[in-house]
Amino acid sequence: MSTFFGDWHALVVLMLAGVIPNQIWRWLGLWLGSGLDEGSDLLMWVKAVATGILAGVIAQILVEPPGALASVPAMLRYGAVVAGFAAFMLTRRSIFAGVVCGEVVMLAGKWWLG
Amino acid sequence: MRLPPLDSPKWNSALRAFAWGMSATSATILSLVLFVTYIGIGALSHDTRFSLGWALLATALVWAGPAQIILITTLASGASIVQSAIAVTVSAIRLFPMVVAVLPMMRTEKTKRRHLILVAHFTAVTLWVECYRFLPHVPRERRVAFIHGLGCGLLCIGLTATIIGYELAANLSQTLASAILLLTPLAFLLSTARNSRELADVLALVLGLAFYPLASMMNSGLDILVSGVAAGTIAYGVHKWREQP
Repeated sequence: MSTFFGDWHALVVLMLAGVIPNQIWRWLGLWLGSGLDEGSDLLMWVKAVATGILAGVIAQILVEPPGALASVPAMLRYGAVVAGFAAFMLTRRSIFAGVVCGEVVMLAGKWWLG
Repeated sequence: MRLPPLDSPKWNSALRAFAWGMSATSATILSLVLFVTYIGIGALSHDTRFSLGWALLATALVWAGPAQIILITTLASGASIVQSAIAVTVSAIRLFPMVVAVLPMMRTEKTKRRHLILVAHFTAVTLWVECYRFLPHVPRERRVAFIHGLGCGLLCIGLTATIIGYELAANLSQTLASAILLLTPLAFLLSTARNSRELADVLALVLGLAFYPLASMMNSGLDILVSGVAAGTIAYGVHKWREQP
């Protein structure tokens, strides 16, 4: 079992750095959100902020890419996402078409650059 | 997938609603996106020398793609526990408004807070998006059971993909790995755009993308929070201003 999970130290790190700092926002939402009305002004603001923050996460992955994605030049990363979005709009909002187009542009660009 | 009509007797059983929720995972492109995202996370866990059990526990207990990617990459690059925790918690702030937005959709007079604990745990971008799509077709008193089924189904997909990605990692070339990591921003962007029907949503998305690079120049460590709150507040303000007669 210990080889499957690794040493206990790694699990403590997972709890302290991963699980608790992540879950605290769900618990807060559960605790504070119970009194809110659907369609209230506060909820509309909160929904817009959630969208804004998610947009920030998307931008962060593209601007400061993790792991292997850093091997793709910045302009190619942005170009692939723009192409994916264009395909998404042209196909009357097909997520599948957009994702496939973005990936193809990125892979083709990487192959072309060598 | 076609759900039974709202007044159908098929909705009388909570277990059946759970099963409908679970099978709803087969009716969405986001399941595929989730699958591939977690293949990427499994592969990343392998490459950064975490154990498979650790990666599976992280998927089950954290259950948020961006947070897991941030946790793994910061720890692997030698950040302290505190530094990783701050980065993770900033990325997770968006879960708060998501939970706040999702819970009223399924609350009835009889719903206790403890009935919603698991719903809150399952809430992440995929579930948040799917709630808007599926819940109008689910009777209110069966929505918690339906979401429990949907959440369990999505979690099974995530765990399976974590294992597959972990085992694949040894054979994944850098190009393939970067293609998998690119799926996350593509999928998040397009699924959010698809669900942005009102001007406030579109504005929040566009401004959030545009503000992040500006906010990151301030180097405050809270870039995503700063740009997200600014973008959301402006979007909300414009919406209110246009609503005025």
